[in-house]
Amino acid sequence: MIRSRLVAPRLAFLFLIGCILFNYPLLSVFSRSGDFFGLPPLYVWLMSSWAGLIALMAWVVERRGD
Amino acid sequence: MLAGWVIVLASFGYLGILFAIAWYADRRADAGRSLISNPLVYALSLGVYCTTWTFYGSVGRAAASGIGFLPIYLGPTLLFALAGFILQKMIRVAKANRITSIADFVASRYGKSQLLGGLVTVIAVIGVIPYIALQLKAVSNSFAILASYPEIIMPAKAGAVPVIQDSALYVAMILAAFTILFGTRHLDATERHEGMVAAIAVESVVKLVAFLAAGVFVVWGINDGIGDVFAKAAAVPDLARGLTAAGAPASYGAWGTLIFLALFASLLLPRQFQIAVVENVDVNHVSRAIWMFPLYLFLINLFVLPVALAGLLHFPGGGVDADTFVLTLPMAHQEEALALLVYIGGLSAATGMVIVETIALSTMVCNDLVMPALLRLPILGLATRADLSGLLLDIRRWSIAIILGLGYLYFRVAGEAYALVSIGLISFAAVAQFAPVVIGGLCWKGGTREGALAGLAAGFLLWTYTLLLPSFAKSGWLPDGFIAQGLFGIELLHPQRLLGLSGLDEITHCLVWSMLANLGAYIGVSLKRVPNVREARQATLFVGGAEAAGVSGWRGGAGVADLLPLAGRFLGSERAQEAFDRHARQRGLKSIQELPADTRLVSFAETLLAGAIGSASARAMVASVVTEEPLGIDEVMNILDEASQIRAYSHELEQKSLELRRATAELREANSRLLELDRMKDDFISTVTHELRTPLTSIRAFSEMLHEDPKIDLAQRSRFLGIIVSETVRLSRLINQILDLAKLESGRAEWTVTAVDVAEVIHEAADSLTALFAEKRVRLELDRCEAGLSVMADRDRLMQVMVNLLSNALKFVPAESGRVTVGASGTTSEVLVDVTDNGPGIQLEDQDLIFDKFRQGAGTADVLTDKPQGTGLGLPISRQIIEYFHGRLWVESTPGAGARFVFTLPRQAGDNA
Repeated sequence: MIRSRLVAPRLAFLFLIGCILFNYPLLSVFSRSGDFFGLPPLYVWLMSSWAGLIALMAWVVERRGD
Repeated sequence: MLAGWVIVLASFGYLGILFAIAWYADRRADAGRSLISNPLVYALSLGVYCTTWTFYGSVGRAAASGIGFLPIYLGPTLLFALAGFILQKMIRVAKANRITSIADFVASRYGKSQLLGGLVTVIAVIGVIPYIALQLKAVSNSFAILASYPEIIMPAKAGAVPVIQDSALYVAMILAAFTILFGTRHLDATERHEGMVAAIAVESVVKLVAFLAAGVFVVWGINDGIGDVFAKAAAVPDLARGLTAAGAPASYGAWGTLIFLALFASLLLPRQFQIAVVENVDVNHVSRAIWMFPLYLFLINLFVLPVALAGLLHFPGGGVDADTFVLTLPMAHQEEALALLVYIGGLSAATGMVIVETIALSTMVCNDLVMPALLRLPILGLATRADLSGLLLDIRRWSIAIILGLGYLYFRVAGEAYALVSIGLISFAAVAQFAPVVIGGLCWKGGTREGALAGLAAGFLLWTYTLLLPSFAKSGWLPDGFIAQGLFGIELLHPQRLLGLSGLDEITHCLVWSMLANLGAYIGVSLKRVPNVREARQATLFVGGAEAAGVSGWRGGAGVADLLPLAGRFLGSERAQEAFDRHARQRGLKSIQELPADTRLVSFAETLLAGAIGSASARAMVASVVTEEPLGIDEVMNILDEASQIRAYSHELEQKSLELRRATAELREANSRLLELDRMKDDFISTVTHELRTPLTSIRAFSEMLHEDPKIDLAQRSRFLGIIVSETVRLSRLINQILDLAKLESGRAEWTVTAVDVAEVIHEAADSLTALFAEKRVRLELDRCEAGLSVMADRDRLMQVMVNLLSNALKFVPAESGRVTVGASGTTSEVLVDVTDNGPGIQLEDQDLIFDKFRQGAGTADVLTDKPQGTGLGLPISRQIIEYFHGRLWVESTPGAGARFVFTLPRQAGDNA
């Protein structure tokens, strides 16, 4: 199903983005007290960036016509 | 009421349903309508990654370290972003080579080494045993807790109850029986289990639904939403810390390590390899799994932290094990059905893991450890036994039982010292040792068998020393001093602070050392020598990917008569027959008897067998019937032979091109000769016209003078007319000679060949020229002519030659004192005639030229008029005539001492007539 030659490089790019999103030092920015609409910032950050990454992966794989 | 029998009934009922699903899926697969051939089922079956570790353990981990449970799921997410590169490549390679396990994969990559396959199997079995123990612990604990409902009582320590009363033992036995029923009903050459995959996919759905139900209940049933849970937790100082930096993993290094570990584990754990690579139906399913599998992980982790916090709030003081919150929270709120659902979900997670893991391990143990060993023992006579398929199944069944037994043993020994997640991480660190040889093997062609062996062994030893042995020591099965002071009390050998490396958690510490040793040994030892022929061939297959796949490694052949019984012994004769039939049909043949004994058939048999007994054993078995010498000096010679054949071909080609070049050169030469001839023809024509114009000009000049001046006196007039007549004679002679020459050259001259008396011709020619000789007062002597010499020739032509030679001589000898002699003599084979004069002779360089047309010797021109005395055609014509009769005409002369023209004629010169 991987048709476009750009899919693999795009996914590799997302891999690199994921490595950065999920690791030090970006993680330390959110690793603090205080809240974000009543939720801990670190939890919100990880769950939202994770969901975002999955959505991007789905978009890259499933999009057609390029 | 949740009585014990209800739980047992529900458990067996659930397992029964799974079995029915598997049976139905197998039926469908046999009918050719696969249930599992779609990307959704593939992605769901990958959910086997989520075991009771995830189901129960994550909550425990979250209760202890806040967000620290998450890296285990972020890692696989990242891996699947790279699945297009790594996973799809592995699947293609595995399909092309009928690879059935990770041990097979590694063994096959490094030259089908049995030793390597065995080592990988040992590492996998030992490494994964703690992980299996984890499942047993989780299932037996959840059963015990649920059975004590409505009380919430933590089960007794595993070591505290006698073995016979230990529910974990019964769990292990039931799981073993279930797995044996599931995975070893028959032997499949492809080692694929469609029914199992379908059941695993269903289990993935069940555990996800159960966990989400528990999560929804905890967040919205007990509390007022996620915000409420976090707000309550923030109010408790101990919990608040868990949500911020201090509560996050002690160091970001450990966090990164866990991501890295999980990344490889999700690919290299035997069960992950089995589901993701071996059981894959279509490589294209991977692309959808790229996002579906991470999405599954995301969903199952959505409520982990809220459940952990709610559990900590509900059960303060640590009386309830945090690993059980997901079960005990519904129980505490009297939600019996939900509790039962959660228990079933946990059972799903455990059975899924145990089934796939032990089937994968038993395949490895059977194919890469036991069979190679048994086949080598001549006492057993296995190599000649008719049907081994039953034996293979037995070995697998026993392997499953033994692996689960070992899991139970580890649970008894070390299970209580750790939380669920910590046990699982020990296994993760073990399978991470496969990463260098697998990933390296896919991208680097330089890896060798020794390198892979050294890397794996070094990594495994350090893993054992820094992680496995301390886990025994912590539970008191090894002396305390081992982890308190280090081996023999030497601090540098401390298993968790090796060489003084401290400040790391034990997993990171183990990984740093083992990966350092593993990578170092793998690369270092690999670089000791270049890969041999077989390694290089496999490297091309694995690194090159699908394009290179299908290259046969066999150089010999074997017939159906040998290969079918061989395959039959391992697969059962019916299955083998079917497979060979299919192969024959694929090749467009009517029956298997028509299959030629070629390398393609051998390769087919090898891949067929590889499915049943592993690639290394398959190679060994096929080699026993194939008339091929083992890969040694002979094979190398074969390859060299091929190389020299190719060299021979290229040599031939070179020769051809050389010939071609030569032909080209010849053509070019011929062409230039043609051009030269063309030029000569042009020269000839221009010379001829020049020669014709000279007499014509003088004839015209004198005629005009006579015509324009009627008063010319008679004497003058008769002189002019004389000149005109002689020029006309000259002109007609010239034209005659040119025509004559053209005729001779084109071969259209008419010849009347008779026997001719040479002396007679000489005399006749001399007679016809007597007047001219007398006029110039030159003496002509014919004394040396022998009479009676006869040749076959054209009399008139021979006469022409003689007249030419005589008048030629007459032209050059001085008047008054000139002397020309003619001689004729004969041998048995030829007659020789010479005409000798005492003229000025001919320069050496002119001696050949004078036979060319229109070329005359130096000094022949009339000094006053610069008019040549002859036509320049006499000698060329003479030579043509003589050569026509196979004779030769040449001149001998010393300048200043006269010239001697000689011609010879063969005695029997009649052949041309």
